[in-house]
Amino acid sequence: MTKKYTMPDERGHFGPYGGLFVSETLIEPIKALNTAYQKYRDDADFMAELDADLQHYVGRPSPLYHAERWSKKLGGAQIYLKREDLNHTGAHKVNNTIGQALLAKRMGKTRIIAETGAGQHGVATATVAARLGLECVVYMGAVDVQRQALNVYRMKLLGATVVPVESGSKTLKDALNEALRDWVTHVDDTFYIIGTVAGPHPYPAMVRDFQTIIGREAKQQCLAQTGGLPNALVACVGGGSNAIGLFHPFIDDEDVKMFGVEAAGDGIETGRHSAPLCAGRPGVLHGNRTYLMADDDGEIIETHSISAGLDYPGVGPEHAWLKDIGRADYVNITDTEAVVGFHELTRTEGIIPALESSHAIAYTSKVAPTMKKEEIIIVNLSGRGDKDMHTMAKREGIEI
Amino acid sequence: MSRLAAKFRALKKINRCALIPFITVGDPNPEFTVPLMHAMVEVGVDIIELGVPFSDPMADGPVIQRASERALAHKIGLRNVLDIVKVFRKTDQKTPVVLMGYLNPIEILGYQNFTDKAYDADIDGVLTVDLPPEEAKACSDLLNEKNIDTIFLLAPNSTPERVKKMDAIGRGYLYYVSVKGVTGAGHLNITDVDQKLTMIKQHTNLPMAVGFGVKTAKTAQMIAQRADAVVVGSALIEKIENNLENPEQAKEEIIELLHAMRQAMDR
Repeated sequence: MTKKYTMPDERGHFGPYGGLFVSETLIEPIKALNTAYQKYRDDADFMAELDADLQHYVGRPSPLYHAERWSKKLGGAQIYLKREDLNHTGAHKVNNTIGQALLAKRMGKTRIIAETGAGQHGVATATVAARLGLECVVYMGAVDVQRQALNVYRMKLLGATVVPVESGSKTLKDALNEALRDWVTHVDDTFYIIGTVAGPHPYPAMVRDFQTIIGREAKQQCLAQTGGLPNALVACVGGGSNAIGLFHPFIDDEDVKMFGVEAAGDGIETGRHSAPLCAGRPGVLHGNRTYLMADDDGEIIETHSISAGLDYPGVGPEHAWLKDIGRADYVNITDTEAVVGFHELTRTEGIIPALESSHAIAYTSKVAPTMKKEEIIIVNLSGRGDKDMHTMAKREGIEI
Repeated sequence: MSRLAAKFRALKKINRCALIPFITVGDPNPEFTVPLMHAMVEVGVDIIELGVPFSDPMADGPVIQRASERALAHKIGLRNVLDIVKVFRKTDQKTPVVLMGYLNPIEILGYQNFTDKAYDADIDGVLTVDLPPEEAKACSDLLNEKNIDTIFLLAPNSTPERVKKMDAIGRGYLYYVSVKGVTGAGHLNITDVDQKLTMIKQHTNLPMAVGFGVKTAKTAQMIAQRADAVVVGSALIEKIENNLENPEQAKEEIIELLHAMRQAMDR
């Protein structure tokens, strides 16, 4: 089958989105990164090393699990969970950090920086940095440092320096700003591992390519287990890396519906949410053009979500494009609905999902009952909920 | 000819290096900006760069970040900035004014709408930190039609190919960022600046401004011997930050530093 979908173009544009919106100091390092990436993505040795690491270090392939009891309970489509929560470090993030760290090593960089929201990308970065013996600095919003204390400690154990960012809203976007400032200051020896499918070209395409292992495996597994393709895919969308990782290999399979689930926080109507695709507008932030939460002066609006990993005012440019061409549907789930989903999966299947993934779970419990029993939904269970124990306990008035 | 081009031509005739202060509009309050602009003109600055407050100033160090936050606390955005320039223009139609900031406010306003408003406010140049030449054409074509110059940054790691690109699309002047890093970071190395300017001048005839790391009259003087303009920003904003209770004191100290720089540069 010939591929119909070939985005982005060579300058990193997904239609009007994506691109290269950075200050001049970053132009040359980004060019060097792009050259290295284009070279190694077709390099047999590099890909063999990546595949071996994904298999033996990360534990891939991750299972595609038929959640029979939950499917029966909902009374509609058969639900299959892509178990990214079972990866080493507990989320899909490591698929990308392994890839970028191998690239950093080949480029001779000795210092790794990263931004993190929930801390999953920070942990995944600190992990690969420890394994390769690279210096690692992780920028994290001061608010997130508070609510994800466990992951902060994990990063420190792994030898990373965690820098709490006190500027702006003290969350993921500010961590990204600070990481960019670090990068312009240390461009010569530093590799910036971005954790999602955002940022200047080639990051959205590169991170996507490292994450499509999710969708490629899921496709094969679904064919092997059910004899056909799924009818629908569901994944949560903050920056959108787990979603694009699942969606991308299915884009040309036009009968497969795709649902990206944004965080509605207190509800879209309250304005306190993190749903730029559902309730934002196109603009430019962090190196790319995409949907953003911005006011009439172009200032970025503070976002809200119970899930630190979804608490971001932008979204990967490819999602903006998939929205505009109508290939994927973007929906939203409130904090309260996500918490219900969290409990439902935990009690029905014995799997504790991350609060990010709980948004996908909650949407699935809405859409599955509207589908036929022989239809199939694949949900990306992008991470496990261990890191969220404090948030959940606190919400329920329990002290751990 | 744009007002910026005319200004540089006139300065060249008298062999004078331009002094360009950068201040964030609305810092520490909206009433402070216009009187400060007039006072700076009186003390001998040639062009004024006005920072447009932005919620996510990725290329700026802590000093200018905080200036942005103080201005945003007064809800000063791009549209207010343009209104404030209009007030300045009532009594000064000569001093070139350049807006410096990030792309998103311009994107949200819309390129055509922004161009019209900037023309109304009699803006001379626009420098957008996160808009490299690769992505700039749609916006700069519109600005060019109204004789508003698009100004680009060059960095220590910019190659000759980059300089040629800037030369092709840039107008007014080029701004050489003298250190790898954010605004207000460290001190510039004059030998490095020399080498870089020599290379840059081989590929462009646009006037060269040098900034980032210019804190003292002495540094300004050294730059003046080599470049067409000196930009000073964080060092001025520090004066505001150190006198938040007494903005008049801040103004005096800013004028004092600019005066010292002007004198050293003309020596």
